[in-house]
Parts: sequence; structure tokens; C-alpha cells
Amino acid sequence: LSAAPEIPKEDGRPKWDNKFQYILSCIGFAVGLGNVWRFPYLCQIHGGGAFLIPYFIALVFEGIPLLHLELALGQCLRKGSIGAWNTISPYLGGVGVGSWVVSVLVSLYYNTVLTWVMWYFINSFQEPLPWSVCPLNENRTGFNEECYESTAVNYFWYRKTLNITPDIAESGTLQWWLILCLATCWAIVYLCTIRGIETTGKAIYVTAIFPYLVLTIFLIQGLTLPGATDGLIYLFTPNLNTLKNPRVWLDAATQIFFSLSLAFGGLIAFASYNPTKNDCEKDAVTVAIVNSMTSLYASIPVFSVLGFKATTAYWDCLDRNIISIINEFDLPEESIMRQNYTSWISFLNSSYPEKIAGLKLKSCNLQEFLDQSVSGTGLAFIVFTQAIILMPGSQAWAILFFIMLFSLGLSSMFGNIEGVFTPLLELRIIPKSAPKELLSGIICLISFLIALCFTLGSGSYWIDIFDRYGGSVPLLVIAFFEVIGVAYTYKIKRFSKDVEWMTGRKLNLYWHITWRFISPLLLLIVFMAFVTLQMQKPPSYTAWNPKYEGFPMKEEKVYPPWVQAICVLLAALPCVCVPLVALFHLVKQKLRSKDPSIVPPEVFSCQGANS
Amino acid sequence: MLRASLLILSVVAIAHAELCKPDAQNAFKVRISIKTALGDNAYAWDATEEYLFKAMVAFAMRRYSSKSRTQISNVLLCNVTDRVSFWFVVTDSSKNVTTVPGSEVEAAIRMNRNRINNAFLLSDKTLQFLKITSTLSPPVEPSTPVWLIVFGVVVCLSVAGIVFLIVSGIQKHKKKNKESTERENLEEKVEVTLENGIPCEALDLKAGHINGVFAADDERFTSL
Repeated sequence: LSAAPEIPKEDGRPKWDNKFQYILSCIGFAVGLGNVWRFPYLCQIHGGGAFLIPYFIALVFEGIPLLHLELALGQCLRKGSIGAWNTISPYLGGVGVGSWVVSVLVSLYYNTVLTWVMWYFINSFQEPLPWSVCPLNENRTGFNEECYESTAVNYFWYRKTLNITPDIAESGTLQWWLILCLATCWAIVYLCTIRGIETTGKAIYVTAIFPYLVLTIFLIQGLTLPGATDGLIYLFTPNLNTLKNPRVWLDAATQIFFSLSLAFGGLIAFASYNPTKNDCEKDAVTVAIVNSMTSLYASIPVFSVLGFKATTAYWDCLDRNIISIINEFDLPEESIMRQNYTSWISFLNSSYPEKIAGLKLKSCNLQEFLDQSVSGTGLAFIVFTQAIILMPGSQAWAILFFIMLFSLGLSSMFGNIEGVFTPLLELRIIPKSAPKELLSGIICLISFLIALCFTLGSGSYWIDIFDRYGGSVPLLVIAFFEVIGVAYTYKIKRFSKDVEWMTGRKLNLYWHITWRFISPLLLLIVFMAFVTLQMQKPPSYTAWNPKYEGFPMKEEKVYPPWVQAICVLLAALPCVCVPLVALFHLVKQKLRSKDPSIVPPEVFSCQGANS
Repeated sequence: MLRASLLILSVVAIAHAELCKPDAQNAFKVRISIKTALGDNAYAWDATEEYLFKAMVAFAMRRYSSKSRTQISNVLLCNVTDRVSFWFVVTDSSKNVTTVPGSEVEAAIRMNRNRINNAFLLSDKTLQFLKITSTLSPPVEPSTPVWLIVFGVVVCLSVAGIVFLIVSGIQKHKKKNKESTERENLEEKVEVTLENGIPCEALDLKAGHINGVFAADDERFTSL
């Protein structure tokens, strides 16, 4: 007994409330922590403004084509990553499975980074900030030794937050405060993703827009700080000589690729909730450009603050030298100021060289302080927190900064979780009568339990491993197979017809060229170069070891063999899905080919997708 | 008479010079940074300030030991520089030519450091007694760590949100089930007018089949 005739699009699939929600979700997924703490670092070490050249070339030839491909794919096929690739060709189903595995791996460790952000956030309400002062030692005669030899900020990060072990082989114990924060983070993720895009669509309005507000506030504040202009000039002064180094081009290509969150399957999932008649070409270009503009926009306050920090450190260095000189020569206060320091030093050096030498003055060089570049967690939790202490009203700045980082990370987590959730929903892991809330709850619970490993003493070393091996090489491989799969298995002619039907315009020659030749070639080159570079040096890590002779420098250690095996496993697991699934289907086909009643696979097209 | 007093004065001066000089026994160096501490409100260091300093040291000695009879004249200052820094020494009030042991002076100053600092509107860092270390005050720690409070707020908010969403989801599910059963009941009433999927109105008697069993009975009756 059939009731109403089947109307296309009323297939019970959830959909976005409006186009803006969809675009905002894609932007939120793409714009993440890397835009704030990786791009400015790359700009700085690769010749400032000159880095923008390879960056934009990579954006045009690699970023935008791949983004458009994924969005068009998801929109046309209206399925998550596993379902979509199974539909294109069962032999390519492994690409979807690989995407899914990568999303799982990244979700696990990404939320632990958010745990650290949350820990810093809830500690920002204290006066004074806990990372600004060293705690006293047991008999209150001086400061804690580990803290005194490094800095209070380092101590708070390595000891009070991570309670890090000196070696990755030593697991240490579970840190209860991190477990509490981890549970809270997963609860918040569950709260936002509980019904899939119904709830993330509402949450994204806050988590995607709020960081821009905070960045603007930091921009205004940062530009008023002394030394901000030094930092900005240092960042943006182009040094075109760096372009001769192939490493710069590689970094630009990988930065664009990872920054746009390609090959996770999350973008395919987001696009699959769209109505099919939607201009995916414009969406792709919009999202890519907004992502790059955000990176640039974020680097301005970051570098203002870093310039301020370098200037303050330089002034502190000068002041310390001035005090030593004044005390030694019993000169009146304020006789030597920062401005006439150099003239005084030269005068005193000529008249009393032994006394000056006896003082052991440190040479203060602003360039040296500006050159101290850090990226990643070091930038956020060590360098930036130190700069925040120096600003007036540090609690407010710390709170704003960590809420911003949390929103950035959370909106990226939505994409990751969606990349895990949508394929599982389609594979009917749980019966259809069971509510969606159950599946998202199961995903969050299992992820939380596995992520407990990262709250051990050695947890941050493991997160570095997951980031370097699980979240890098497999993505390149999967993206390569995505482009090859669409361009040569599904065939560009068919795909361009689908895209024309969806956008209402003929496909530009630019897309033809990039999808067929340029993007796969570029991906191949980047993959080869990336792997070669990783292979060149033995996989090593830097450990925080208070008993090391060079402390507070970090100790360089090599990974033990069993850890190296895990690294290889992490990188290989998603990649190996592709040939495995293809092999599985090949074997199934061979067995079925003995059966005369073979049904040829149906030819699929976008227009007929809904019937 | 005059010569005698001059002689006594010179002896005292020489004695003082002997007692108070840089690195003398039981002497302490003091370093004062007024401009660093007070900025624009800085006062100048002159003889009157030195008098106050001597008074404060004498006060500290008297506070430390009730038996002490230290006078302002017992505190000797010397080698005042532009920095401002100088050396001082405390002579014994009973025996004029000896100095009070350094340990006693140190203990006295340490005990009354706060009062001495406040008299000059300075702090431990800006009024330095170079050989006397100050005890570090422990950081103020509230009874419940602040972070636990904030953490509690965040946890409560997120759990409340989750519970709200789950409950509203269950309610929506129940409402949908109720609606779908109502719709099914309505459809059944509508279907009453459908016979085997064919609406009664559309039933064409011409298209119907004649049931052989009944037809046989009909023929029998009409043949009568």
C-alpha cells in the first residue's frame, strides 16, 4: 500500500536550514587552529610577504579544485564519504573508508588539544594568572627548581597541565584534571552534534563567527601595543630569496591542503545535505578564499603580540644590564636610559673594560628576540600566554583568547564528527527506529574512552605522533585517489554534466585542466617530496627532561622501534584501505563472474540520483 | 677646653671612620631606588632622609631586643653615593667603640622590614639590604581553587543542554509517533471506501468478473 507518489528531495534526509548555515559550517570546518598557529609561523620563517606567492599559487591550483570536487561530489551523490565512493565505483569504496578512518583518528586527538585549551580557559579566571608566578619550593626559601630554571609559563604548561614524562616510553599516570576537562569537551561536542546537522547548524552560528570578533578585538589591542609595528614589519617584509628553496613551496602546498580540511569526508558529508540544485562552484571558491583571508587576518594580531613580546623581552634585557651597570658604578638612577645605553656602554668599555667584563652583560638584540619563532601548541600555550601576562587586564585577554581557540577547534570538530557520523548513519549500524542521539552518543563515548590515553603523562608526545603521521600523509594519498577516481573512473565528461546540472552553468576550462592534470600531478609531487623529507631524518622528538644537562632546552630523542611501528601503522592504515577494498571487490567480482546471471553496474548520474 | 672638645670630636670621628667603611665588620650596604619605586612622586635623598633611616634602624634594634638602648647617634652612615647607596653600622650604646654583631642587626631588620619599607614608601626590591634576604610570602590561595568553580559551571551548563535536547528529542519522537498513528487511523477510514485497492466509484460492473457459484444459483431461480 503506497500512499503519496515519491517527491524528489523528500527522502527524509536532513537538510540545512538555509544556505548561510552550510557555508558557515564549511568555513568553520576549514578555519581551525592551524590558521592561527601555523600560517603565521610559516609566513615568518619563509620570508614574510614572499610566502604569499607560493601560498596563492597552491590555493589556485590545488586548494580550490579539490574543494570544488569534494563539495560537488557530496552534493550530487547525497551520501557521506563511504556511500558516495561506493556509488561512484565499488572499487573506489576504499577511498571513502580511508577518509572515515582518518576522521576517526583526527577526532580522537583533536579534542584533546581542545582539552588543553579548556584547562587554560578555566584557569584564566584567577588573579594573578597561574602561569605568571613560580610556586615556592617546600621550605619556602626560594622558587620551585624546575620552574626557576625554565620560566613560569613553561612550568605551568609542562608540569601543571601535561605533567609530562621525560620519555615517550614512560607512560606516567592518568592526569585527573585532564580527564575532567576531556569529559567536559566530549560532553560539549556531544551537545552540539547530538542530532547531526540539526544541532551543529545552530551551534555553528556562534562557534564560526565568534573567533572573528575576538580576532578583531585582538587586532585593535595588538596594534596599540608597543613593538607591534616591529613585529608586523618583520612578518611582512618580503625576502624573495627564500622562494628558491623548494621547502617553501612544499610547505605552502601542504599548508593549503591541510588548512582546507580536504579528504576528511566531512566536506562531502556537509554538501550531501544540500539541495542538488545549488551552486557548488561559487561555494567552493567562497570557502577557500575566506579560509585564506582568515589566515592572513589572524596573522596580524598574532604578530603584533609577538612583536610586543619581543620588544618587552628586549627592554627587559636592556634594563637588567642598565641596573647591573648602575649598581656597579654607583651612578644615579635614570642616568642611563635605553636610548643612550649604547653610548654609555662604549664609554664605559673604553674607560673600565675589566669592570664591564666582570659584569657578564648579555647582548640584547631585538632581531634575536623576533627570530624566536614557534608554531603549534608552543605558540598558544607558551609564547602567547607569556605575552598576555604583560598586557594590562591579562585575565580578560586570556579568557577571550582561549574561548576563541576553543570555538575555532570546536567548529573543526563538527566537521570531523560529521565525517564519522554520516557514513555510519548510512551504513545502518544502528536500527532505523533507534534515535540519532544514540549513535552520536556512542561515537562520543567510545572516542572519549580511547582518548583517555592522551591524558597520560606521555600523552602530548602521542598527539604529536598522531598529528605528524595520522593526519598528514594519508590525507595526501586519499585526495590523490579522489581526484584520479573522479577524473578517470567516473570520467570528467560525466562529472561536468552533473556539475552543469547542479550549478546551471557550463564547466569552466580551468576546472577541466586542474581536475584532469594539474591537481593530481601536484598532489603526487607534494606526496613524494613530503615522504622524502620525512624519511631523510630519523623520526625523533624533543622531550622535556628536567634532569637533562642542557635543561631548559628540550632533549632530542629518537623514537623506540615499537613507537616507529605505530607511526607507520597510523600512516598506512587509512591508505591501505584503498587497495584492500578494491581487492575485495575484485575477488567478489571474480567469484561472481563464474555465475552467468551478472547484472552490469547501473550507470549513475546526478539527475537521476533522487529517483 | 676648646682643644679638649676638638680632640674628643676628632677621636670620635676617627673611631666612626674606623667602624663604618665599606666591607667593614658588621656593616651592611643599603641600596635605594626611589625613582624606580615612585616615579614622578620621588623625593630627594638628603640629610633629613638619612636621619629618618638612622631612626628606623634604631627603632628596629629596640623592637628586636627590649634590652637595647640604641640611639640615633649609634647608627653610623658612610659612603653615600648618587646611586643612592651607602653603608651603615650600629655601634653598641654601652661601649662606644664596638659594633653590634651583624647577626643581631640582620635579625632586627628582618623582623621590622615592613615598617622600615613603609616609612620610605618603598618595597623589598627598591630598599635593598644587600646581605639580608627577605622571606618570600606565599601566594594567596583561596580555599576552593577558582578553576574548579568555573569547571563546575561549564559542566552544569553542558549537561543541562544535553538533557534538554534528549528530552525534547524523546518528546518530538512521541509526538511524531502519535501523529503517525492518527494519520494511519484516518487513512484506514478513507480506505474503507476502497475495495481491494479499487475505489468503489471506479468499480465498473462491466469490468467485473461474474462469480460462477452465484451465477449458477441465479440461473436456477430464473428458469422457474
